[in-house]
Amino acid sequence: MTETHSEEAPSFEADPFEKRWMVISLGLLIAFMLTVTIAGFALGFQVPGSETRVDPRTVADSAPWSEPGLRDRGNGEYDAYVISKQYTFDPRTITVPVGSAVTFFLTSTDVQHGFKLQNTNVNMQVVPGEVSKLTVEFDEAGEFDYICNEFCGAGHAVMSGSVVVEAEAGGA
Amino acid sequence: MLTQESVYEVTQQDRRFVGAHLLVAIAALSVGSLFGPLQAFEWSGLDLYGLLEPIGLGDYYKGLTIHGVLNALVWTTFFITGFFTLVMIAGLKRPLRYPGLNRAGFYTMVVGLVMAAIPILTGAASVLYTFYPPLQASWAFYLGLTLVVVGSWIEGYGFYLTMAEWRRDNPHTRSPFIVLAALITMVMWQIATLGIAVEILTMLLPAALGLIDGTDPELGRTLFWFTGHPLVYFWLLPAYLSWYGMLPKQAGGKLFSDTLARLAFWLFLLLSIPVGFHHQFADPGVPVGWKYIHSILTYGVAFPSMLTLFTVVASLEYAARKRGGQGLLGWIRALPWGNPVVSAQLLAGILFMFGGIGGITNASYSVNLVIHNTAWVPGHFHLTVASAVTLSFFGISYWLIPYVTGKPLWKEKWATVVNWTWFVGMMIFSNAMHVLGLLGAPRRTELGQAPYVPDEWSGHLFRMSVGGAILLVGVALFVVIAARTAFQKERFGPGEGVEFPIAVSMRDPQLTPLWLDRFKPWLIATVVLIVVAYGPQLFEQFSNASFNSPPISP
Repeated sequence: MTETHSEEAPSFEADPFEKRWMVISLGLLIAFMLTVTIAGFALGFQVPGSETRVDPRTVADSAPWSEPGLRDRGNGEYDAYVISKQYTFDPRTITVPVGSAVTFFLTSTDVQHGFKLQNTNVNMQVVPGEVSKLTVEFDEAGEFDYICNEFCGAGHAVMSGSVVVEAEAGGA
Repeated sequence: MLTQESVYEVTQQDRRFVGAHLLVAIAALSVGSLFGPLQAFEWSGLDLYGLLEPIGLGDYYKGLTIHGVLNALVWTTFFITGFFTLVMIAGLKRPLRYPGLNRAGFYTMVVGLVMAAIPILTGAASVLYTFYPPLQASWAFYLGLTLVVVGSWIEGYGFYLTMAEWRRDNPHTRSPFIVLAALITMVMWQIATLGIAVEILTMLLPAALGLIDGTDPELGRTLFWFTGHPLVYFWLLPAYLSWYGMLPKQAGGKLFSDTLARLAFWLFLLLSIPVGFHHQFADPGVPVGWKYIHSILTYGVAFPSMLTLFTVVASLEYAARKRGGQGLLGWIRALPWGNPVVSAQLLAGILFMFGGIGGITNASYSVNLVIHNTAWVPGHFHLTVASAVTLSFFGISYWLIPYVTGKPLWKEKWATVVNWTWFVGMMIFSNAMHVLGLLGAPRRTELGQAPYVPDEWSGHLFRMSVGGAILLVGVALFVVIAARTAFQKERFGPGEGVEFPIAVSMRDPQLTPLWLDRFKPWLIATVVLIVVAYGPQLFEQFSNASFNSPPISP
């Protein structure tokens, strides 16, 4: 089978169709890469990045984490500090007026959690010792649940809260 | 019977050794699979865990841990090492150089499995198969998993030493493709598992033993996913080995290109590992630039899968046309669909195409945030590890069990039923899971207890549980066929039996360039790429590590 030595010398050869397929495949993948690059850098899609590190044992003792909740930065911009712990978010309700841009800061004082704000692009891993940060603009009034989407122990399924976006200004 | 050139007949001892791997693998699958539908039913409102409370299995997350560990880790690792053992022996036509070494590896894996199973069953390790710190399981869980991995390394060493001896005796011959494919897979596994080994040995095990007060959870995630993504290629490449190196023969044809098949495997070695941050797009503690680089490299690892699609389909078309198949796509009907070995792999390949498309979505730096930690993700990997891999392993089992036991496959027609049942069940199940994920349903959550489930999910939840029920029927039938085949009295008569399937390449493998048959250049490139893509972040995360997150039992 493989023992018969042919006169031909070894060479890299591919069938013409196969070559065409390789070109198409590479073209397709490069198109995907460009799409991601444009989305990530030109259109400003954000993913969480590297923020400050904290000590999970003491983080809740000092500001800003000693008073979790909403901070009004003016101009319709807010910072929301949310602590995740087995099996609740603190605070469990956040109320903002429609049109607000809210930057969420999350950390955990025990195990890993998740923070997914339903029907938005906010979806973060919450890791003890780290701070997760993403911003979202609320263009419509309504109630948006945030749920823990990383297994954190027996009561994981009940861990949730909600952002109430009010039609008229005056929330906070 | 092997081919006519055979100088070495696979011995009874070899066969029993391979069979022992399969026994553990299928036993694990049969237990682990029971918990999948329980989860599906719980999601759709039918909570059966109360019935299992008297036997200590009433906890959803204990069941989820059992399902993940047994199906994703034990079924795969034992099946793969057993299958590869036979690939080495029958592919090189020589015995293992040090059979004792391979035996030691196997028994190490078995000891590890038992050691990990005890805390899992007693509820001291309900941390799921990702065991993210600071969730803390019993030390026996971590040590057991470590032994399973180390045992698989030892079996790998046995393969490398057998290959080295063959290479010495055959310096100018291209190594058989299937043997090269198995070795590349084991080498990739060996490098990839260093991440998890460092995580367990420097953090999880010392914390479990009380030697350190805490761990660094983000560093733990980085080390876990160094291993976690190549882990899926460790599952997938043995199926690819069969699709390239055996399926063409089983379908009545030849391997379309030996050269491209080898290239694909080398590219998997090169690109499987430096892509782990695409599992951490939603993580804090990893700079966005590194996430972006891994996103781009992940598109790179899709390339060898695209090559595989071409070569495997071309090989199948050749086989089908030889069998009289006609037409642009009509040839597909001429494939031997009645042979369950073939239909399992064909259906696995079809499901995998959907899995691959979903994988491209997961890899996308930005789009990933829509689906991260949602039901989409298990929906995706049930198309990969639970379809491309598991259904292919079903197909391989239909010849491998008869091969190692010397007994004919019990009720071949029922094996065909298994394949189609799995295919239909998985289509329903995974489609529902993908949709649920897009709607925001979280993965690995006891959803029946959750206060936030909207009405619009309920139809999909029901559909998902119907899929799960169908899959349970499929796997139960598979286990019955496997057991009835192995434990029946009937044996092959003289002249009967199963041939070890090796697909011949259309072009003489001797014409494949030498650089596609040598480890050195590819190993160097692999290490260099890992250092470039992971080195700076690993250095950064290790230098800034704070082991200050105290362990917490779930």
